[in-house]
Amino acid sequence: MENLLDVADFVPALAEQNIPTLTRPSLSYWQDAWLRLRHNKRAILSLNLVIGLLLFTLLGPVFWTYDPFLQDLDSISQSPSFGTTALVVADTGNWEGVTTTSTPSVSPLANLSATTALKVDGIATTQYVRLFWDPVPGAAFYLVYRNDHQPESIQDLGLPLAQTHNADELSFEDRLQLSAQAYYYTIIASDGLREAETFTTVRFELQRAITATQAQERNLPTLLDTIVQLSSHPFGTDYLGRDLLARAMMGARVSLFIGIIAPFIFVVIGTIYGGVSGYFGGNIDISMMRFADFVIALPFLLFMILFRIGFGIGPGESGIFPMLVALVVLSWPNTARLVRGQVLLLREEAFVDAARLLGANHWYLIFRHMIPNTLGQILVTLTFAIPMAIFTEAFLSFIGMGVAPPTPSWGSMSNEGIRSMLSTPHELIFPALCISITVLAFNLLGDGLRDALDSRMRSRE
Amino acid sequence: MIMLKRIVQPRLRICTLLLFALTWSLSTPTLLAQETGVDFATQTVRLALTGEPRNLNSMKATDQLSIFYLEHVMEGLLRKDARNLLVGGVAERWEMTETSAKFWLRHDAMWSDGKPVTAHDFVFAWRNVVNPLTASEYASIMYPVKNAEAINKGEAPLTSLGIKALDDYTLEVELEAPTGYFLSLTAFMTFYPAREDFYLAQNDRYFADIENMIFNGPFTIKSWVHSASIRLEKNPAYWDSKNIILNVIDTPYITNDSAARFNLFKDGKLAIENGLQGLESEQLQDALDNRFRIYSHSEGSVFYMEFNHRPDRVTRNLNLRKAMQAVYDSQELVYKVIGIAGYIPGRSVVPVYMPGVQLKFREEYPLVTPVLDLQQAKNYLALAKVELGLEKIPPLSILLDDREIGMLQAQYFQSLFKRTLDIDIKVDVQTFKQRLDKMLAGNFDLVLTGWGPDYEDVLTFTELFSSWNANNRGRYQSPVYDSYIRTAQASANQQTRMDAMSQAQQLLLDDVVILPTYERVANTVRNPKLDGVMFKQTAAAMVLTYARVLE
Amino acid sequence: MTTYILKRLAIGLLTIWFIATVTFVVMHLVPGNPLANEKATTAAIRANLESRYGLDRPLSEQYIIYMRNMLQGDFGIAFSEENRAVNDIIREHFPVSATLGILSLLFATIGGVLWGALTAIYRNRWPDYFIMFLVILGISVPSFVFAALSQFSILQLNQFTGRSILPVAGWGGFRYMVIPALVLGLSTMAYLTRMMRSSMLEVGNTDYIRTARAKGLSNTRIFIFHQLRNAILPVITVLGPAIAIITTGGFVVESVFAIPGLGRYFVQSVAQLDYTVIMGTTVFFGAFLVIMVLLVDILYGFIDPRIRLQAKP
Repeated sequence: MENLLDVADFVPALAEQNIPTLTRPSLSYWQDAWLRLRHNKRAILSLNLVIGLLLFTLLGPVFWTYDPFLQDLDSISQSPSFGTTALVVADTGNWEGVTTTSTPSVSPLANLSATTALKVDGIATTQYVRLFWDPVPGAAFYLVYRNDHQPESIQDLGLPLAQTHNADELSFEDRLQLSAQAYYYTIIASDGLREAETFTTVRFELQRAITATQAQERNLPTLLDTIVQLSSHPFGTDYLGRDLLARAMMGARVSLFIGIIAPFIFVVIGTIYGGVSGYFGGNIDISMMRFADFVIALPFLLFMILFRIGFGIGPGESGIFPMLVALVVLSWPNTARLVRGQVLLLREEAFVDAARLLGANHWYLIFRHMIPNTLGQILVTLTFAIPMAIFTEAFLSFIGMGVAPPTPSWGSMSNEGIRSMLSTPHELIFPALCISITVLAFNLLGDGLRDALDSRMRSRE
Repeated sequence: MIMLKRIVQPRLRICTLLLFALTWSLSTPTLLAQETGVDFATQTVRLALTGEPRNLNSMKATDQLSIFYLEHVMEGLLRKDARNLLVGGVAERWEMTETSAKFWLRHDAMWSDGKPVTAHDFVFAWRNVVNPLTASEYASIMYPVKNAEAINKGEAPLTSLGIKALDDYTLEVELEAPTGYFLSLTAFMTFYPAREDFYLAQNDRYFADIENMIFNGPFTIKSWVHSASIRLEKNPAYWDSKNIILNVIDTPYITNDSAARFNLFKDGKLAIENGLQGLESEQLQDALDNRFRIYSHSEGSVFYMEFNHRPDRVTRNLNLRKAMQAVYDSQELVYKVIGIAGYIPGRSVVPVYMPGVQLKFREEYPLVTPVLDLQQAKNYLALAKVELGLEKIPPLSILLDDREIGMLQAQYFQSLFKRTLDIDIKVDVQTFKQRLDKMLAGNFDLVLTGWGPDYEDVLTFTELFSSWNANNRGRYQSPVYDSYIRTAQASANQQTRMDAMSQAQQLLLDDVVILPTYERVANTVRNPKLDGVMFKQTAAAMVLTYARVLE
Repeated sequence: MTTYILKRLAIGLLTIWFIATVTFVVMHLVPGNPLANEKATTAAIRANLESRYGLDRPLSEQYIIYMRNMLQGDFGIAFSEENRAVNDIIREHFPVSATLGILSLLFATIGGVLWGALTAIYRNRWPDYFIMFLVILGISVPSFVFAALSQFSILQLNQFTGRSILPVAGWGGFRYMVIPALVLGLSTMAYLTRMMRSSMLEVGNTDYIRTARAKGLSNTRIFIFHQLRNAILPVITVLGPAIAIITTGGFVVESVFAIPGLGRYFVQSVAQLDYTVIMGTTVFFGAFLVIMVLLVDILYGFIDPRIRLQAKP
């Protein structure tokens, strides 16, 4: 038989000079996570959003210098506008009105006729619409109605603006939240028991106007009948005529502060508490968890009032710090329970026994092994805690426990916007959008972090 | 994850089938009772309430909701008819002198359990009201009756109350002083009768639930599910029941969300909304867009901002108050900021509908209101600073509760006074009880408050600022003002009284005791088939007793 | 196990007592008088009212009386709705809130598990993004908006079809519950979706799942008995207190849909400073919570037999 092997095959090999070595150093858990995070698309997007929000909050007011507290009572609840013009008119003084000394009477059974000659004194502007009309025989007083559309019948006359005091008053000055649109005015005579059955409606198109005094306050030309340029409102105005963009920028400070810092703190506290409780189990677990239950059961509002007093916040002052403390103190138990549940599960894993055999003490196990493995749940909790904190702050501000008016916050702006949600949606949409973007940003960050920190998805070397 | 897809997809098909079945079953409207707001055949109307009535015991009730139900199920000596005029209720006939009144009761006025309503029922009820142990919060409205105040303070025996039953159907009342409006008081709920034997049998649970109630009014309460629904049905035992056309007043919805109630109205489930307080501006706009007919009536309440006149407060200074008055325009507040149609800009604590001697009080005694003048205001302010010895006025706190309209006003004032006078205002929002607490303790500089009339006389508003009145929140003390009030309380001559009241009205303005904000007008929408609803300013705001459903 | 449960119950009672005491103290520390009303009363009447309600006695005596009554199951009479016992308030309104709450949690759980699983299956594809977008919308928009919008939609639906398909508000039957329950469960559903997604992704990569697949188990079996079971732990952890919270107070939803539930009493009792109602609702909620939490802990043992609640040896 031929030998396939011969002596030459057993000569010892020479040491190789170029042994292929690992081309990169071995990475620890955190280094690996950081690397993956940097490349995670979601994390990058979230980072951009967060930077955008910070710029909006901090640098925004530098470029958009409108005063967030300035009330423009003529521009209440306006939708976003970019520069409107207005006419300068005389101040709202005491208009004399039109009166008569005698109204012709008529037999009580006769029907009252419709009002005639309904006119406007001067022009109809958004400052005032000065109506006057001819007397109707038999009338005891007159009712003034205003509508946004042409009335189709006597059932559809619109808003009852006022009732004149007697038959001699033949005029009315309308100033009720006038906007630059067409209004349909109807005056109906009444003899005290019945109203006239026929009516005439007159349409007036209103000219946007500001008074001379207001023009002076805004450093605009005060000559009557000049056209002036009014400021623009990219986000519109709120129910007191304040610029929403400026308020959103100011509100960001409170909302982002409370919305990010508070959840961060109570999640950290809750995690440590829950980790310890779940790890040790037994009586320690029972007592720690009962204390957590106790905190959940307490009436939040009551304690909020107490905190506010305890911190010595006076009336009309913003109690941001007590709000932060209250939010933290009363929200940590939920995180604690979640973490504790996961830790109860995790401590039965094989690696725990292995680590202990290698000499790990309790704290090392908790902080190095348990908690990082619960990060998924923690991050989800964190991202949900942010809007919760913002809305709790809104609720507290609403009842006087948070920021005091006129200081805005996104949550309180949303609250106020809800009331007029269907008629002026922009008052709700803009602050809600800000909140949504913040939530989105931290959600994506949470996702990215979890992807990066999940040990099971660790990149293979 | 492909495995999961294979599990889920076939089940998705089943799920969608189930969903379809569910929607289809929900869409069959047969099971849903077609309960509409009004029904002609059964003469039913349906309402929504803003909350739960606090206490239906007529001798202790205070809130608007309880008053509304009480006025429909009970009746006093006199009552208001369909035109809001005072007519006989349990009393058939009466005579009045300056300080006494005599009532002859009708023999056919019955309780719902069949027993007759007698004069003894009134004696028992009125004594119960002023009994200090009952602790009725409305006892003070009975003070015009002789000895009522003394009894209520525990200084006189119960039997000394100025009311006596001469026999089963004759009642005699003695008054402390001439009280012109006394007859209208007898129509107020605190003066309703209560039967002694029934009351005692309820063991301190009088009117707590259906089984603890008997009624002598046009309706009875047939069912009451707390915080959920109340149902009234026509009382066959009522002496005038043949003139009552409506059969059922049902309140199946109780919620304080105004949008929800208006949605119910739009869905056809309500007969009228918001009969007691009027629609808010958002719903008003909605009504306009939906082309509903909007009715408006004076609701009666007057609202104002009250200064704190206590000696430790900056606002005690008259010049400071005058400065603030000189820059404040209630028209701007009402028309531009509050923006609810019909609200009357405040000018006086006495509202426009209050009767005077012959005409309306405000027509007979027009006010001399100060003119808006910024320069004059600044002069007053400078004087105030000198008098107070301050370089700058410290921040003033304005107290209010968390209702929307309060916040609007507070922020308006904040901006107004800062802009014109450079005075800082701190908005002190408090929850309901905290605000009451602070008001009582005088812990405010300015407070937004209001008052609803208890009876139809100017005095109900002007006496608010007499130095002995507990509702004088700001503790305004003026012997001159007090003298005007006392004149009005003691005199029987209407002219004298009204003259005194007009002086009081003017003094309030000159001393800037308050800044009137607005007089409330309620706007309502109703189902066109509902006819005969009555609105008034005192006691129950809305009365449906004379209403009916048209075909 | 029985000793554990008994021990937990005993400590639970202690917790409830502690909750009651602390609430009592804080309640009396807060300024305000539950008997104060808009129309001021004379000092004499105020004194009479206080003696009627026992508020004129020293605080310690009030506390002992209250505790004694509470142990006998009597929570006293409400201040804001005179003549009404707090026991009756809870007894009459809790079932309403509970029914609504349980239905909403049912929706939330089914929805949460379903959507969560879907996002895990279609990870990083359009269903994932779409559902995640809805989740973010769901938690960043206040619940009041959803309630108001859904009521508006029902109204539009009724007007469009000309018949009452769904009630706009009110209470009385399944039809009245559906939409409110959905709205009430929205935020919990969003939370559970996220939770499920997170834990499904974690669990899906584990070795034992791979082993199960290699063993040839059917997909359904793997999903239900292995993935779901392990991923559901955090869901149950959240559901425990969520049941207590939702059944005792969907205040916003109850307000918008005119549902006579208990939520209103939780919120308004503090504003009204109604001592007895605050105490009654707090203690009731506390007791409910303690029981739910105990149930959740027991359930842990069933979900994962490895979990032992005893101390680590």
